[in-house]
Amino acid sequence: MEKINLKSIYNELNVNAEWFGIRKVYESNTYRMIRDGNPQANSTGISHGIMVEVLKNGQFAYAASSDMSVDSIQKAIDKAIIIAESSSKNPLYNFSKDVRPNNKGKYKSQRLETQIALKDLNDILRKSYESLKVSDKIVSASAMARITETNYQYLSSDGADIEQDFLIIGSSFDAIAQDNGITQRRTDNGRGRMFQSGYEVFDEAELTNMCSRIGNQAVELLYADECPTETTNLVLAPDQMLLQIHESIGHPLEVDRILGDERNYAGWSFVREQDFGNLKYGSDIMNITFDPTVKKELASYGFDDSGKKAEKEYIIKDGILLRGLGGTESEKRSGIKGVANFRACSWNRPPIDRMANLNLEPGDSSFDEIISSVEKGVYMESNRSWSIDDYRNKFQFGCEYGKLIENGKLTKTVKNPNYRGVTTPFWNNLAKVGNHSTFEVFGTPNCGKGEPNQSVRVGHASPTCLFNNIEVFGGA
Amino acid sequence: MEQFFKELSQKIIEKIDNTEDLMINFWGEDSHFTRFNQSKVRQNGFVSDATLSITLISNQKTCSTSFSLSKNASNDLLTALSHLEKLRRDINFLPEDPFIVFPKEGQSSSTSSKGELLSVDKVVDALSPAIKNVDLAGIWASGNIYVGYANSKGLLHWFSTDSFSFDYSLITESEKMVKDTFAGTNFDLEKYNSFMKNSINQLQLLDKKSIRLEPGDYRTYIAPAGVSDLLGMFSWNGLSEGAIRRGQSAFLKMRNDNVTLSPCFTLNEDFSTGLTPMFNDEGELAVKNLPLINNGILKNTLINSRTAQEYQIESNFASGWEGLRSPVMSTGDLKENEIPSKIDSGVFLNNLHYLNWSDNIGGRITGMTRYACFWVENGEIVAPIENMRFDDTIYNIFGENLESVTNHSQFIPDTGTYSSRSFGGTECPGILLNSFSLTL
Repeated sequence: MEKINLKSIYNELNVNAEWFGIRKVYESNTYRMIRDGNPQANSTGISHGIMVEVLKNGQFAYAASSDMSVDSIQKAIDKAIIIAESSSKNPLYNFSKDVRPNNKGKYKSQRLETQIALKDLNDILRKSYESLKVSDKIVSASAMARITETNYQYLSSDGADIEQDFLIIGSSFDAIAQDNGITQRRTDNGRGRMFQSGYEVFDEAELTNMCSRIGNQAVELLYADECPTETTNLVLAPDQMLLQIHESIGHPLEVDRILGDERNYAGWSFVREQDFGNLKYGSDIMNITFDPTVKKELASYGFDDSGKKAEKEYIIKDGILLRGLGGTESEKRSGIKGVANFRACSWNRPPIDRMANLNLEPGDSSFDEIISSVEKGVYMESNRSWSIDDYRNKFQFGCEYGKLIENGKLTKTVKNPNYRGVTTPFWNNLAKVGNHSTFEVFGTPNCGKGEPNQSVRVGHASPTCLFNNIEVFGGA
Repeated sequence: MEQFFKELSQKIIEKIDNTEDLMINFWGEDSHFTRFNQSKVRQNGFVSDATLSITLISNQKTCSTSFSLSKNASNDLLTALSHLEKLRRDINFLPEDPFIVFPKEGQSSSTSSKGELLSVDKVVDALSPAIKNVDLAGIWASGNIYVGYANSKGLLHWFSTDSFSFDYSLITESEKMVKDTFAGTNFDLEKYNSFMKNSINQLQLLDKKSIRLEPGDYRTYIAPAGVSDLLGMFSWNGLSEGAIRRGQSAFLKMRNDNVTLSPCFTLNEDFSTGLTPMFNDEGELAVKNLPLINNGILKNTLINSRTAQEYQIESNFASGWEGLRSPVMSTGDLKENEIPSKIDSGVFLNNLHYLNWSDNIGGRITGMTRYACFWVENGEIVAPIENMRFDDTIYNIFGENLESVTNHSQFIPDTGTYSSRSFGGTECPGILLNSFSLTL
């Protein structure tokens, strides 16, 4: 991984501002993919650049460049100062440098295996693909690996000095089955898996078993009944809970949304500033944490892009909304207690309020206890469709794989399972939360938000959950 | 930048031997972004970014790498050559690829559009006065964006344009919104002030108390911005030939079962506007006008050369992801001033939000109404509506429920800025449906 000496550059710069910071990001993303037995992608993308940020007349302004010479960085600073001066003619808020803490520290993703030979990785993907092809009903199948290495350095004129190293391994496996005009797709958890870990996640035996299950379930769905249309009990697996948490808890609690920054793009929020400490967001067994300290979870880190130290915080406790997903700037603007979530996707975008790891804490029910408590309902796994309104109220989500629950037992498989609802009534219908044995950790690299647009990594972990009185339905 | 790219790519290509082929892609931007909330500046900054990608082909194998450039020619050449050496090492460990798209000879092209843009220190002064008495949230984006292609057969393409866009929402105290985009290549303050005044005037329509609709089927007009969102879904497991072949397309029914859409619906991929590069990542030039759906009948899908080789069919040089790059939907005969009366009783939707396939193969899309959407009764706009979720199929929306299409269309610029600012947009009219399913 290429490194530049940020400190020596820093010492050569001439900055006429109240504060300034430099953030350098090097990130490489390597993709390997096999589809239908042939290579589909063998590529690496490297993004490497620097963002300078200045505070002048109470206004932060940024300039970012892929040219990291001292001359270029000096020009970027000069430009940022001009821009900050211009902003100060019509500012939304006058900031001071206390929203850029001067922490020092390092963070490194935990990893066991630090190397994998290209040939070995290709072999694992090929064998995984072969395991997906369980029958001639599988008309297309693919196996993909994504490896992300990121080095992040941050220095500020107040003495902040942070370095963070991430190794992120992702995979996805996908089987499409067809028969008699019907098509069904089954994947590994809807969005694949992505963790901060080493190459130990490419366990050949585990992957081939999993791929065989994915292929078999794709075929099974071809002959399944349509999900019924009714209002009933709904049990969601952790790989659907991740999306439910993300869309109906994470986004509405981002304080920059509540403050209106996103009204032209991602949207506003039904949550208002006075709701913190008061709103009964969900039932008493609902406990949500912002936790960037979970080992291996995708959006764990030591510090956010303002330099704030990342720590676990309860966002919702016993169903009551306590804290917002707002960084130092949003805390100042709103007065709402926040978290270390002021994050940018890379060197070429400014930080905004993001989710990081947002998790539903485990309860006390085993999977069997949850299912056996349901006389009639539907169990759903693996997200395949998602949509929610700009206030984050009315949502509709679809899953890949469903099972009917009848008299406390999982019975028939159903295809095209969907459900819809409204956020706080839905979460107040949370009837059971699974215990640690049902708890799983997931993450996605594609959370979109912001102007200019940014796609960031987020992590979500959850147990299996039961919701009462939910509208479920099938396909077109 | 064109000359920089030409020289850099030539020097890299000189380094390959006669068993190798090379394709080089280049893209970047110099963009100023000013973000507004409450008509005041929330964030303000500048991004200068350039990326080069090299794809090596050798012994029926291929791999590629892309990397950020410093725009210092000698440094970037050294970086590129070190990446080329790594590709040569990696390629030995890869399996053969039967569907490689090899570089081709052909007619090179060069398009550069210069504009008159506001300098970074003038934007706040220019934009702020017109919006000082309203609540506006949005993003100003301005500058030069470019894309280039070169290959070892001597082909070279270049496309660059100066452009700006002010993509904004105006918000009333009761949280009703009007959405619009002021965009172009030459900024004219007078035109901006007039455009913004027109947007602000539309807020008056939103003053009335909102009506809450019950879920059900309604006569519905969808304005061009909303139609553009619906057409955007055709790029996601839609008109892609690869998606159809792998059973992952909403258009499977049209291909396999000869299902047709409404005779009122015609859609082309049309590059004659010149706002989007005609060359794809393989350097292939699209035909200027490709009919996709003609009077409701599926005429062509989007086929890139890799898909063409895999299924042994003809390529029409679509992009790698086989999405729409320059869609133009044909107009019909519905006059603008007749829209409310033709709705009679129903809903008038200006914008839609957060669309997704709720049943991809069934062609069913779900999403939300957003911004200025109204209840119409007896041919008159009565009041705004509270946002509703819809869930309906393209076979209804562009098929049996499509009653008429407006006689005018609108260009909806693509203001997306993921990774970098986007080119082009969608040209489309509004549509009147005799039924549209609102579900929540």
